[in-house]
Amino acid sequence: MPGNRFNGFTDYGIGIGLRSPHYEHILSRKPVVDWFEIISENFMIDGGRPLQILDQILEQYKVVQHGVSMYFGSAEKSNREHLRRLKELVKRTNTPWLSDHLCWGSVDGRYTHDLLPMPYTFEAARLTAQKVREVRDFLEVPIAVENVSSYAEYHVSEMTEWEFLNEVVEQADCGILLDVNNIYVSSQNHNFNPLTYVNSVPAERVAQIHIAGHSKFKKYILDTHDHPVLDPVWRLYERAIQRAGHTATLLEWDDSIPSFEEVHREAMKANRFLADTTLEVAV
Amino acid sequence: MKLAPLQRAVARAVMQPLTRSERMRRTAPGGGRMSAYAARFIKPNDRLTSFERLEIYNRQYWFRLLSSMIEDFPGLQAILGSQRFESMCKAYLTECPSRSFTIRNLGAHLETWLRQNPSWISDRRVLALDMVRLEWADIEAFDGQAKSALRSEDLREIDVPNLQLSIQPYVRLLELHYPVDDLLLDVKHGDDTPDFASNAVHERRKRIRVRAVAKLKPTQIFLAVHRLDFSVYFRRIEPEEFALLSALRSGKTIEHAIALAFRESSVPDAERGAFVRHSFQTWATLGWFCQPDENVRGGKRREKRA
Repeated sequence: MPGNRFNGFTDYGIGIGLRSPHYEHILSRKPVVDWFEIISENFMIDGGRPLQILDQILEQYKVVQHGVSMYFGSAEKSNREHLRRLKELVKRTNTPWLSDHLCWGSVDGRYTHDLLPMPYTFEAARLTAQKVREVRDFLEVPIAVENVSSYAEYHVSEMTEWEFLNEVVEQADCGILLDVNNIYVSSQNHNFNPLTYVNSVPAERVAQIHIAGHSKFKKYILDTHDHPVLDPVWRLYERAIQRAGHTATLLEWDDSIPSFEEVHREAMKANRFLADTTLEVAV
Repeated sequence: MKLAPLQRAVARAVMQPLTRSERMRRTAPGGGRMSAYAARFIKPNDRLTSFERLEIYNRQYWFRLLSSMIEDFPGLQAILGSQRFESMCKAYLTECPSRSFTIRNLGAHLETWLRQNPSWISDRRVLALDMVRLEWADIEAFDGQAKSALRSEDLREIDVPNLQLSIQPYVRLLELHYPVDDLLLDVKHGDDTPDFASNAVHERRKRIRVRAVAKLKPTQIFLAVHRLDFSVYFRRIEPEEFALLSALRSGKTIEHAIALAFRESSVPDAERGAFVRHSFQTWATLGWFCQPDENVRGGKRREKRA
């Protein structure tokens, strides 16, 4: 499945998260990378080096924005200052789509700076979808919501996580940033079959895929983004590609960041699935 | 339970300070047992209780915020010592939780809060406040707005006496009572040295910092925290320069600002002209001047056109 309306009908390949330890390497060596994903909040500032670096990157590479604090699932209204600054950045980067997480993280104007799991209720789905639509209408760019990894579930949930995701994206008519590592992490923490999740997602809405590493602890798994991608996650990625087709894919590596070459090599492993996999027609 | 009250209840628990051993408190917000509080809305699983599942988020919240504070205020940490600094941060973040979508602004109210809660810095009050002001100025100078700079040539063509000039928003002007610029550079330099993962090296670094703080003597300094080629610099300036720049920033005309700058100056009258010319030349070269906003240009406020 090439581009769709949720990723601006683009056909992006494998991208890498733009991180400060790699700035010098990227700008001096100009490595071949299909696209970079930036954390929007790092560039929603008034000036200085981050914006100068971004402008240099934009001269040579395609950039897609990924946010961490829109909190589509927070019960409170969107922060207008956040939206105003985000729109300025969207104009600067020309991002073909924009993603943020299907989670909450702020209450009464106080921010946790974390990606807290949603209660999977119909009320939450309705409010979240409404906010996604409002943000999309304000920013005038396609939105993709990303499933988060989670360590807790609520008694009030009325459906599974994938049913909740489907409910939100159908009501909001938005795309999905499918994070297969997060699916794996959550599946281990909540005892479900991750393939059931991947098989349940509406493939035609998948705008982008995230892959990453995680860390195992005695009683749970944490989404740490500080390791290479593990085999079970690659298997989920393979299945996601079978269903969604050739999809923009991004490797996240945010902690204990190795050299650019190592991150790049790890990301390019996705090619074996992108090249070999024949698309199943999604129903 | 509806979405809003559920999120409020979870957030209260997540944002509640950890115990000394960095675990979730046994007492819930508002009293009662935390295990019962967590069990009201969090499901247990076959490996973790509701308490333990909620605790993961409680710990992540504090670890993330404390890491950010340590990154932003290493100088204050060196002055207070790690333990006291961490306790102070917990108290600050409990009273002033983040109200910004970006964690960059976490320390925005720290100076004000410390002035209201001086017991945290009682023995080094002035030094600690100087450091907090410098470290926040460092953050603001790093990513503050830069307007189109006026060059030296632009300044030659201006009608000086009544003109107003603006100072770049990213330039921060500080009057300080201790040479905390040197201390902060020492502390940051220490962080750049290779970490051999050795306790001996860590302890040595700590001793160096403690000594550096202890030997710091009060000295009034004036500082412009600015950036050049996208790097932040601390530039010591003369009291007259500080007064002149501050006056220009507050909207005074050049003539008025110069008068204010030399009000209590020891610079001889005969040397003041050269002092001002040299200062303006330097600041223009550094790109510190920019056009004032359209509605305050020319010495008087202009009406905005519809």
